[in-house]
Amino acid sequence: MITDKQIKDIEKKALAIRRTVIEMLAEAKSGHTAGPLGMADIFAALYFHVLRHDPKHPDWDERDRLMLSNGHITPVRYAAMAHAGYFPLSECLTLRKFGSRLQGHPERERLPGIETTSGPLGSGLSQASGYAYAARMDGKTFRVFCLMSDGEQEEGNTWEGAMFAGKYRLTNLTAVMDRNNIQIDGNTEDVMPLEPLADKYRAFNWHVIEIGGHNITEFIDACDEAKSIKEKPTLILAHTTPGKGVPSIENDYRWHGNPPGKGPTDKIPADKQKETFLKELEETKV
Amino acid sequence: MIYPDAKLASNIFEKPDMASTREGFGKGAVEAGKEDVRIVVLSADLAESTQAHHFQKAFPERFIQVGVAEQNMATVAAGMANYGKIPFITSYATFSPGRNWEQIRTTIAINNVPVIVCGMHAGVSVGPDGATHQALEDMALMRALPRFTVISPCDSEEGRKATLAAAKLGNPVYMRFGREKTPIMTTRETPFEIGKANVLWKSSEPKVAVFATGPLVHNALLAARELEKESVGVTVINVHTIKPLDEEIILAVAREARAVVTVEEHQVAGGLGSAIAEFLARELPTPMEFVGVHDQFGQSGEPKQLIEHYGMGVSHIVAAVKKAAGRRST
Repeated sequence: MITDKQIKDIEKKALAIRRTVIEMLAEAKSGHTAGPLGMADIFAALYFHVLRHDPKHPDWDERDRLMLSNGHITPVRYAAMAHAGYFPLSECLTLRKFGSRLQGHPERERLPGIETTSGPLGSGLSQASGYAYAARMDGKTFRVFCLMSDGEQEEGNTWEGAMFAGKYRLTNLTAVMDRNNIQIDGNTEDVMPLEPLADKYRAFNWHVIEIGGHNITEFIDACDEAKSIKEKPTLILAHTTPGKGVPSIENDYRWHGNPPGKGPTDKIPADKQKETFLKELEETKV
Repeated sequence: MIYPDAKLASNIFEKPDMASTREGFGKGAVEAGKEDVRIVVLSADLAESTQAHHFQKAFPERFIQVGVAEQNMATVAAGMANYGKIPFITSYATFSPGRNWEQIRTTIAINNVPVIVCGMHAGVSVGPDGATHQALEDMALMRALPRFTVISPCDSEEGRKATLAAAKLGNPVYMRFGREKTPIMTTRETPFEIGKANVLWKSSEPKVAVFATGPLVHNALLAARELEKESVGVTVINVHTIKPLDEEIILAVAREARAVVTVEEHQVAGGLGSAIAEFLARELPTPMEFVGVHDQFGQSGEPKQLIEHYGMGVSHIVAAVKKAAGRRST
C-alpha cells in the first residue's frame, strides 16, 4: 500500500517537474507546453514509484522499459529523468540546442535511458509491442510501458499495434493514453472524433482502466491492476487536463505546440509568459 | 572471357540452373536461424511468396505473423531489434519499404537497430501482377537512408550468401529479391563479401566497364559474350552491394575502360547507375549509359517480354555498350 506521505512526495516531484518544464521550454524558445504539463503527475508517479529502474545504470538489463510514443512531450520525460538523477538538472536548459543530448524529439542513442526514438506519431505502440513480445520469448519479467497521445489514435499504425498486442496477449505491456482532448488543429472530437476509445480498445482484446490522469493514487492502482491481468495487455486511459497546473494554459489547444514566450498573447504578453506561468504554478500547487 | 577468380558455374550460357533470388533468401534465413537464436522472421501475410515459410517451418517459435500491416511489421521489428533480436521483415518491396518507409526511417534507421528489410518482387520481372506490384524505386528509397546497407543479389546462391552475411552485419540492411526464376551464375566458391563488387567477365582490352546488379547480371554476361564476337572488349562487374559502393574496384575498372554502362531492373533515377555516376562525377568523370527503367511504371506481361519492352534485354545492353564505346574519355 502506498502511504499518504508517499503520495505527497510524488505530488511535490510533479510540481518540480512542471517548473522545470516551463523553464526549459522558455529557454529553448520552441517546443510543446500543454502536453508535458498535463503528463507531469503520471511521469512523477512513474519515475518515483512505479518503474523498476536505476538512474545510475540506465542500461540495467532488468529495468522496466518506458517507451514514449508521442515524442513531442519529451520535455516532461527529460525533466522527470533529471529530477530522478539520470543527469544534472542544469542540462535541461540545453533542450533543443545544437549538440544537446536533449533533442527536440527523443533519440535513443543520444541519451541513455530514453529507450527509443520517437516523434512521428503512431509508431510507439507497435515498437513497445515488439519489445514486449521479444522479452517474453526470453522469459524476461520486466514490464514494458508505452505512453501515447490521444491524437495519435488517428494513425493507422496505432491500431495495427493494438491488434498485434491483443492477438499475442502481451500481458507484460501496459499502455497509457494521455486523453487530453486536444491536438494541433483543435479539439480531437472536432478534428477527428475518437470516442468511444475505451470500447474500441476492449474490442481489440485489451483490458481498459479509466482514471483521472492527475490522481496519482488512481494511476498507481491502475499500474498494479495491469500486473494482475494475465490474459490481455492493459490500457490505462488517463483523462488529463492539457497545461495542468497553469490556469492560463489549461484546456487551450493553442498551447499544444508553443513554448512560454511564443504562445498566444491575448491573455498574457509574450515577455511575461514564463514568469506568469511559474507564478501560477506556485499559487495553484496541483 | 569469364573471369576465373569468380568461380562461376560452367553452364551459365548453355543450360543454366534456374532459381529465384527469393529462394536464396528462404534457404539463407533457415541457415542463419540455425547459427543464431536471436534471428526472428516477420511476415505480413506473404509467408510463401516471400519464402519465409521455410523459416516458419524450421523455427515456428521464432516466426511472427503480423497480418497485412507493413507499418506494424517495421515497428514491431524495431522494438524486437531494440531488445536484442535480429529481425528479418519480409514482404513485397512496393509495400516494404514502399508503404512503411517513414517507420523504417524513424524506428530503424534513426533508432539504429539491426532490422533486415527484405523486399521481394523487385523489378518488372514480377510479370502478370502489373505495375502496382513491380518495385522500381526501392533502391533509391533505401540508398538515401543513412546507416542502411543496400544489397541486390544477382542469383539464388548469392541471395543465400547475402542473407547469411546480413544477419551478421549488426546494422540496418535492405535486400531486394526477385520473383522469377533466373539463371544461377555463382557457386558456393564464388567470393561474396558485403561492399566488395566482383569482376565476372574481363576482356583483354576492355573498352567499356559494365556495372550490373541483380538477375540482369546474366544479360550483361550474355551481352559481353556477343560483344566479344564483334571484338568489343568489356569488363562486367557484379555490384551486389549498392551501398556502400566498392569505390576501389569501380574506380580501377572505369579508369581502365574509360566508358561505363550500368544495368539494373530499377528506375535509372536513384539506383545503381545514379550511385556510380555520383561517385565517378567526383573522382573520375566518365561517359556513361544507363540501362534500366526510364521514368515509367511497368505493366502486366511475361517477365522476358517486360524486360525487353522496358529496354533491359541483351540487345539493349549491347547497344548501350557500343554507344558508350563511341564516347570514351581520352
